[in-house]
Amino acid sequence: MNPVTGIFRARRFVQVAGAAVLASLGLAGCELPTGKDSEQLGYRGTGMEQVTNARTEAQRAAANQAPPSLDPVEPAGPLAGDLYDNVKVLGDLTITEFNRLMNAMTEWVSPEAGCNYCHVPGDFADENIYTKVVSRRMLEMTKAVNEQWEAHVGDTGVTCYTCHQGQPVPEYVWFDDPGPRQAGGMAASRRGQNLASSNAGSTSLPHDPFSPYLLGDREIRTIPTTMLPEGSNPGNIMDTEGTYSLMIHFSESLGVNCTYCHNTRSFVGWEGSPPQRTSAWHGIRMVRELNLDYLDPLQPVYPESQLGPHGDAPKAHCGTCHQGVNKPLYGASMLADYPELDKVRRVARAAMPAAEPVVASAVVQDAVEAAEAVEDMVDDDSE
Amino acid sequence: MSMLSFERKYRVRGGTLVGGDLFDFWVGPFYVGFFGVLTVFFTFVGTGLIVYGAAIGPTWNIWQINIAPPDLSYGLGMAPLKEGGLWQLITICAVGAFGSWALRQAEIARKLGMGLHIPFAFGVAVFAYISLVVIRPMLLGAWGHGFPYGILSHLDWVSNVGYQYLHFHYNPAHMIAVSFFFATVFALSLHGSLILSATNPKAGERVKTPEHEDTFFRDTIGYSIGTLGIHRLGLFLALNAGFWSAVCIILSGPFWTRGWPEWWNWWLDLPIWS
Repeated sequence: MNPVTGIFRARRFVQVAGAAVLASLGLAGCELPTGKDSEQLGYRGTGMEQVTNARTEAQRAAANQAPPSLDPVEPAGPLAGDLYDNVKVLGDLTITEFNRLMNAMTEWVSPEAGCNYCHVPGDFADENIYTKVVSRRMLEMTKAVNEQWEAHVGDTGVTCYTCHQGQPVPEYVWFDDPGPRQAGGMAASRRGQNLASSNAGSTSLPHDPFSPYLLGDREIRTIPTTMLPEGSNPGNIMDTEGTYSLMIHFSESLGVNCTYCHNTRSFVGWEGSPPQRTSAWHGIRMVRELNLDYLDPLQPVYPESQLGPHGDAPKAHCGTCHQGVNKPLYGASMLADYPELDKVRRVARAAMPAAEPVVASAVVQDAVEAAEAVEDMVDDDSE
Repeated sequence: MSMLSFERKYRVRGGTLVGGDLFDFWVGPFYVGFFGVLTVFFTFVGTGLIVYGAAIGPTWNIWQINIAPPDLSYGLGMAPLKEGGLWQLITICAVGAFGSWALRQAEIARKLGMGLHIPFAFGVAVFAYISLVVIRPMLLGAWGHGFPYGILSHLDWVSNVGYQYLHFHYNPAHMIAVSFFFATVFALSLHGSLILSATNPKAGERVKTPEHEDTFFRDTIGYSIGTLGIHRLGLFLALNAGFWSAVCIILSGPFWTRGWPEWWNWWLDLPIWS
């Protein structure tokens, strides 16, 4: 071969190969091989690790900071239940505590719309506003989580902010979602999968891991317990894919990989699993209960605009609280700063109201004045 | 000792890379060379360390013997012998033995005046091993990212590392590697069946020639790559399988920390439809 031609050929080859490598890297949006942190989760050499990217970690951390707490108040003055009308779950709070909690909830849930997001302007006792009915139920739910689900939330507990983070509707909720319009009849072939939905982490797995497992109680454990198929395992491959989809939802919601809760040599075996799996087990039951007892039954209360495409109420999954972090707000306990939430009175479920008409009362005027005072406090804080 | 017909050509002085004439001799039918000595040294030391690791471990069950790398907290430093230091020394011996063996192959190839296909091919396999226990751990900053030495324990490691990325089948380099592995096996099965058929004719028939072989494949799939070409193809497929395997694990962690299914969002995000 002519040596000059050879050099040109070699150069051409390098150019083409280089371009191909660069193109594939650029296309991939791969990360730079620097700034990687790793955390060991099991015995050395088992591959149980979290490898993280310091840059995306910093963004995640910045997006999940607990806001500074309002100044604490001494419980003083009359009880809110004695002072105001229609105070059903916060009646045991003194007026100072009541005002502080109202103030905090406004910052947590509706910092832009303010008090009027949940209250009829000028009449704080008015019940003809769905947001007030919902938020009352949410206060009960918060109390229930902190009181009954310590196995999942520990001493950290939850507040409104855990899910809401300054938004009237939490960023991560789920509806019964039929997905895009699809072929029907004999051409129907999707069977609830192959949609690259974010619910299942962009996999082809079933894209609704929520209704079967977090509203229903479909069996999650599908791993057989016998060496050979003896007909004792009711699960099939589709059930396994459903479980896998749910597990990917866990991972994506918590920003962790499978080894955070499992030693994958045996997904089902508890003896090799990290203790976090126990928390998750309780978490599944907790979310199921919250959806069944609190969130789904609110369906008739919501206006149509707040309902899903099939007319169901917004519901919770792991991401509703976790928002991409293994411990919501990196484990910061806002509850500790808000003892008021501990005083929420849980009304029996049967007593949950449809919107009730307001009864005029002698203390309405007081309530309005107090409300104006609260509004002033909000204004002060925002300045 | 009698020689095989081609050994006269093989047993020539020279072609060594290191050591000149010093180790340029044979022991029985085996060429020694500087790298032969190194290989033997690393092999015996490394194997001895593995046996020592098994002896201080909890079991002699061959399936369960496990020599694990250090905790991640040791980073890229040395660990105490019983807490991963053994794994580090064994890794040094393994890389030394495999590398020396490849260079000994190169010396023999030079003596024979042939191409370096064999050391190159073996080098790809060694590269895949080095990717796992040297390159990726160095990129991630700790020897603890290497895989443990044990029949079952290294499989557990593979499983967990796969699930660190939620669903490893979505790793694009893994897809390419797996495809090459299957293609290698497919090509080998076609080739093997052809050769066995051609060389084992029915009683009374003659052994078939390459013309028969070419005709068979031209008749069945319209193309025959030929007697030399099939070996080039086999080498290409097999080396790519090993190479992309190495790529797929180097990508996982140093170049991608999230689930592999999400990597494909670039496709969903293409400006054509997003």
